[in-house]
Amino acid sequence: MTTATGTSRRDFLRTAALGAGGLVVAFFVPGTNRLAAAAPAAAAAPFAPNAFLRIAEDDTITVLLAHSEMGQGIWTSLPLLLAEELDADWSRIRVEHAPAAPDYFAVGMPMQFTGGSMTTWTEFERYRRAGATARALLIQAAARRFGVKTADCRCENGAVVAGDKRARYGELANDAARLTPPKTVALKDAKDWTFIGKPARRLDSPEKIDGRAKFGMDVQFDGLLTAVVARAPVFGGTVASFDASAARRVPGVRDVVQVPSGIAVVADHFWAAKLGRDALQIEWNPGPNAGLDSAVLQGDFLKTATDDGLPANQAGDAAAALAKAATRFEADYAVPYLAHAPMEPLNCTVRIEKDRCEVWTGTQFQTLDQAVTARITGLKPEQVTIHTMFLGGGFGRRATPTSDFVSEAVEVAKAAGKPVKTVWTREDDIRGGYYRPAFVHRVAVGLGTDGKPTAWQHRIVGQSILGNSPFQMMIKNGIDATSVEGVADSPYLKSVADRHVSLHSPELGIPVLWLRSVGHTHTGFVMESVIDELAKAAGKDPLAYRRELLAEHPRHLGVLELAAERAGWGTPLPPGRARGLAVHESFGSFAAQVAEVSIDNGAIRVHQVVCAIDCGIAVNPAGVVAQMESGIVFGISAALFGRLDIVNGRVQQSNYHDYRVLRMNQMPKIDVHIVPSQEKPGGVGEVGVPPVAAALANALSALTGKRQRELPLRATS
Amino acid sequence: MVSLTINGKTQQFDVPDDMPLLWVLRDVAGLTGTKFGCGMAQCGACTVHVDGAPLRACVMPVAAVAGKSVTTIEGLSPDASHPVQRAWAELDVVQCGYCQSGQIMSAAALLKAKPTPTDADIDAALSGNLCRCGTYQRIRAAVHRAAELAKG
Repeated sequence: MTTATGTSRRDFLRTAALGAGGLVVAFFVPGTNRLAAAAPAAAAAPFAPNAFLRIAEDDTITVLLAHSEMGQGIWTSLPLLLAEELDADWSRIRVEHAPAAPDYFAVGMPMQFTGGSMTTWTEFERYRRAGATARALLIQAAARRFGVKTADCRCENGAVVAGDKRARYGELANDAARLTPPKTVALKDAKDWTFIGKPARRLDSPEKIDGRAKFGMDVQFDGLLTAVVARAPVFGGTVASFDASAARRVPGVRDVVQVPSGIAVVADHFWAAKLGRDALQIEWNPGPNAGLDSAVLQGDFLKTATDDGLPANQAGDAAAALAKAATRFEADYAVPYLAHAPMEPLNCTVRIEKDRCEVWTGTQFQTLDQAVTARITGLKPEQVTIHTMFLGGGFGRRATPTSDFVSEAVEVAKAAGKPVKTVWTREDDIRGGYYRPAFVHRVAVGLGTDGKPTAWQHRIVGQSILGNSPFQMMIKNGIDATSVEGVADSPYLKSVADRHVSLHSPELGIPVLWLRSVGHTHTGFVMESVIDELAKAAGKDPLAYRRELLAEHPRHLGVLELAAERAGWGTPLPPGRARGLAVHESFGSFAAQVAEVSIDNGAIRVHQVVCAIDCGIAVNPAGVVAQMESGIVFGISAALFGRLDIVNGRVQQSNYHDYRVLRMNQMPKIDVHIVPSQEKPGGVGEVGVPPVAAALANALSALTGKRQRELPLRATS
Repeated sequence: MVSLTINGKTQQFDVPDDMPLLWVLRDVAGLTGTKFGCGMAQCGACTVHVDGAPLRACVMPVAAVAGKSVTTIEGLSPDASHPVQRAWAELDVVQCGYCQSGQIMSAAALLKAKPTPTDADIDAALSGNLCRCGTYQRIRAAVHRAAELAKG
């Protein structure tokens, strides 16, 4: 694999004419060999398959996405960046997922992926430069055609204009393709932006409201069969023996094959495959994890938290400072294993031919999928084409370092010797592992006479996501940063002279993975719950207390004040209701939320969430609002319902009836306010999640007087 | 053989009687706009209209709807001009989009039954349709907007 570190500076732009007529702008990384994968639509341009945009003679501008659209809105935000510098006619923009190829590696990373709330801010320069370079070439072409200087040309709405002369981009595309691109291009001043910062409607909306949009699940072609796989009921279990005779008798079943993950029933359609799987007789070797019990594990984690783990942030002498503190606060917090449960169950379609393999799937990890597919098929990565389909939600589950759902589908297609779409049922999806790990936090804080923290000891216990993965090298001094982010770097700890944050990472047989906002899913809950508890211990209002502690953190303070003001913090509420507050930084952005709750008929009712977000420049404010609403709903689902129990190694929950997520009748009013900012863009997709659980817990504590330190929250009055 | 009228076209299907309508639509008729989400009528992604009423296709044996008229998202309107689709576009409801066919079919059925739905009506009609992206607030607004659009 080519390492593309630093490509943003080393890249240069090259243009090439398309066989079909048009302009291609591609980034080339010097010293690397291109042509890793054939881009289906650009196949007619063999010397430049990797491009960020194409302009056709009919003025259509096709933007190729280096990342995957999974609901977060990059299908719109990346084209906005490009269109800004291109002065494009927005109505002529078309969007495609790019193929898996090194040209589309994430900026500064050796792989193509979507995650970490990184897409829009990491592409902020690259997609603008792609647009600016195309614009410069179009102007050069127009100047030659018009017989004027380039300085006399300007661009507007998809055309170059000079005096009374005018040429549309499509008319100039062939000429522009023959020109040498400029070494450097100037980008617009922010004051001249016409696209960035203005709310834009989603470009994928039309095809998602009439059934045309193709998700991985929707891939169909002649000769394609469907497989459903029986997997071990316990993680790490293996097939001891199986009898497929009944399965083979199910009408429509074509084959039954063994693959490393289990037994696959291959059929004409899903229903036959599913009935076939139901008819399988399998004896399993349960393996070493058959005794796992999540309740027991939580007890073990609490015992482990008796001692310090590996240090993640330490200064002074926390233990000594705690011993002499005026007041001492101690508490344990716990969060369970969680499944991502995206609406589209996992699936992957594979067609293997003699010298190539095609994979159609909704994935966040094209490069790894390509490498894994190549390994299983014995092909080279460049012989593997990854067709990224729309993702029916990802939330991290479609970014598995093991490429679990892709590798299995490749194994099935290889064993069956036919093109196969492997489909997971909802039960398979919920029970298939790769969970947000369960965590326990043990927190001890010493308070001075002014009520402010003087000592902070914080022990975190939970499985490492990066451990035993290809990202293991990111673990430094035994610390998986994804386990401690949001605590080790908390603004509250910066002014505490005596502090000790430490981590225990028990190794267990439960596959774990990043789930939307990763470590912040639990650290946001814990830190903002602790701060509320400390405010109470200090006899201070939660907002006033945070103001004091965050005085040196203007962006935290900015969202805090905005959310509090818009929520009417401190104003009277109807009887039986209470508010809670939380603020948390993640992925380079800052979010504060005020939740208003009651307990109604034995259930927690969330009436309203007011959110303030500072994400720097908001490229598409409409998208930012949507993602805050989305993150808040995701966070409420986890806080009120999210819990996987493992008993005897078996996951107990299986579908949306017992792994519940928020429904329309439980939906609060959500009010999002964006802090105007010219700071560089930060993340958005995950930033709305971390404060929610704490805002709810803090509101419930205010309502009932009882503090809940474990998720999901309960309706105890 | 099961006979179904799908989006106005009557077709014969050689499928088992107990095969859920969802898989006949998707895997046999090739209409993939109707989605599979749970297989047990918990998420609503598979919502279609059968003789005008909303129904979860994932648990409905095809034989039980034999001879009936089925409308899927592909047949709701020929050009996305149904008031619900227009409202969905206007208010930019979708995110990942996977649940939206079902949401739109449930909303369209609601408006047919109650041309001016209240928030409580929307809760009752749409709480069976999950959205993991959390687009509920825009869905609610769009249902109200669709009601206005339908009245012209």
